[in-house]
Amino acid sequence: MAVVNRHINTLIEQEYQAGFITDVEADCVPPGLDEQIIRQISARKHERGFMLDWRLRAYRHWQTMQVPQWSSVHYPPIDYQSIVYYSAPKSRTKGPGNLSEVDPKLLETYKKLGIPLEEQEALAGVAVDAVFDSVSVATTFKDKLAQHGVLFCSFSEAVREHPELVQMYLGSVVPPTDNFYASLNAAVFSDGSFVYVPKGVRCPMELSTYFRINASNTGQFERTLIIADEGSYVSYLEGCTAPMRDENQLHAAVVELIAHKDAQIKYSTVQNWYPGDEQGRGGIYNFVTKRGACRGTNARISWTQVETGSAITWKYPSVILEGDNSIGEFYSVALTNNHQQADTGTKMIHIGKNTRSTIISKGISARQGQNAYRGLVKILKSAEGARNYTQCDSLLMGDHCGAHTFPYIEVKNNTARVEHEATTSRIGEDQLFYCRQRGLSDEDAVTLIVNGFCKQVLNELPMEFAVEAQKLLGVSLEGAIG
Amino acid sequence: MLSINNLHASVDDKPILHGIDLEVKAGEVHAIMGPNGSGKSTFANVLAGREQYRVTQGEVRYQGQDLLAMTAEDRARAGVFLAFQYPVEIPGVSNIYFLKAALNAIRRYRGLDELDAMDFIALVKKKVGMVKMDEALLYRAVNEGFSGGEKKRNEILQMMVLEPALSILDETDSGLDIDALKTVADGVNQLRSDERAFIVVTHYQRQLNYILPDRVHVLNNGRIVKSGGPELALELEERGYVWLNELAAGAA
Repeated sequence: MAVVNRHINTLIEQEYQAGFITDVEADCVPPGLDEQIIRQISARKHERGFMLDWRLRAYRHWQTMQVPQWSSVHYPPIDYQSIVYYSAPKSRTKGPGNLSEVDPKLLETYKKLGIPLEEQEALAGVAVDAVFDSVSVATTFKDKLAQHGVLFCSFSEAVREHPELVQMYLGSVVPPTDNFYASLNAAVFSDGSFVYVPKGVRCPMELSTYFRINASNTGQFERTLIIADEGSYVSYLEGCTAPMRDENQLHAAVVELIAHKDAQIKYSTVQNWYPGDEQGRGGIYNFVTKRGACRGTNARISWTQVETGSAITWKYPSVILEGDNSIGEFYSVALTNNHQQADTGTKMIHIGKNTRSTIISKGISARQGQNAYRGLVKILKSAEGARNYTQCDSLLMGDHCGAHTFPYIEVKNNTARVEHEATTSRIGEDQLFYCRQRGLSDEDAVTLIVNGFCKQVLNELPMEFAVEAQKLLGVSLEGAIG
Repeated sequence: MLSINNLHASVDDKPILHGIDLEVKAGEVHAIMGPNGSGKSTFANVLAGREQYRVTQGEVRYQGQDLLAMTAEDRARAGVFLAFQYPVEIPGVSNIYFLKAALNAIRRYRGLDELDAMDFIALVKKKVGMVKMDEALLYRAVNEGFSGGEKKRNEILQMMVLEPALSILDETDSGLDIDALKTVADGVNQLRSDERAFIVVTHYQRQLNYILPDRVHVLNNGRIVKSGGPELALELEERGYVWLNELAAGAA
């Protein structure tokens, strides 16, 4: 074992590749949080009155709330008065009309991340909304989407241009009083993405957002709202990175999805926030509330996530299955290396008849990484014939990491069928040696075995992102055995 | 091709091999026989470069190189192949993908172009027929849920595709029915050439009815106690391994 450890430890020193800082002037509010700050944020965004009222209501409620203590993650108390709640690159005062108005330095940043916006516009057929610190920087492919009646814009723009839609849906899935971090987000959120797909429209391309935290001591509080009207379809992907810094940074986002009758939303995340260094210094606190509602019959919402970054990941993308025959799916890979902690899972709330949910969770822990699956399957009395299948698999690499499974099941209707399977395995020396004896390097062998373990989830990602996720898993684990 | 000089090896600090000398020339097939616990599997694994088996003394030259200084993957890329006694399962990784990754890793090492998917599939389909393996197994996860016989056929398929210079078969015959035994032998016999060599490690003589060895060596307590031609295998079959102890006692 000692020999194998040494072998593998030499591989670990792969550095975080998105850890650069972009030097752009920023327009910030002073650190700290009070009603004055919230008014400033709202004013800078030229928001309508309803938004400010909504923010203040959330803020007043948030002040009465306690930090949740029930999860298995550990971190020192966060000083909410030291965080800067709004930071915008200074070169622009109002929203960009098109790419030529965007600060070239920002475009350079996205290029470094491998997301050349112009190229994506031209080649990949992926529409990208890029969020840099607090504001949306560019939205590509707008015109083409508009031809199909699809609205894809920054949240700020949606508040200005489509206030009736925002008012109708904002907070309808995740209320501003929902939980500590969701309330904080509701009070101070600065931007995010907005999508509306009209009745019967199949969105002609993948929609995509890239989030990046750049300024130090900044929290990122973005908000995403996606509405799929009757019989429509949309596939949406978000990717995330941040520079390497010694201090921890807070990311408290809210995502709301609404799928009406016969509509389908596929939401995929590849999360690669800075995870902190080998000693556990720095890294992003990723405290996120994601929830979707299947409002009509035959609606379908799928969450697919590949979580390799962040010092702490704390999120439970959930589905409320209101419509009869509606379907909720959760496919997750969570990887924790070094001192990373993940407490992630889902909630499937079955309300309608014959609703179905599938949960496939793959946790990978290496070195001192701690990985918990926490999931709730709740079948209400009305959910005649509901079905759930849950599968939780854990893969351990080395002797100092941990995997934990906390499944909660509440069934109020005796026609329901709920299945739960869980396995824990270890990457064996036998497997590694077998691969190496066939000519594969250590790194390739680990990547091969881990990707095999995650296959069920990776298969759910759009093709080009599946390739990216596979590479990311390999890079995040280099040398991680032992 | 392979020159072993006074090889000693331990597992968990327990000495298993006590000085093995062996010369294997290109074109030859050598059989290593011996009772359980004689060190046969240790010998095979040491040659393949498994880290848990620690070499404490001796030297192994392979095609002029210091084999013991090479990593397991470099040995494989240089043409040393081990057919495993207990092939492992790799869930979620398709058999054909694994085989392609292995072949291309080896080709890269040798400065050859990687095979594209079409050429590779054509190659594999031909070889699958030769080892009488169900083609469906190519698209299942590596060895997952395979029967014992299917796993061994899969090892031979890998050998046929990778075309190693030195193949070591570690009790590939154990637990096989007569048909599978013949398939393994067919694989070896088809690959046999003036450029290749084989080391067939086996407990029983029956495999050697189908793979005619040039030399037979008897391993006991970590030493080669007797070497001879194919007739030695038959003699062992007749007299059993207890005879070796008498032999060893006589030598002492």
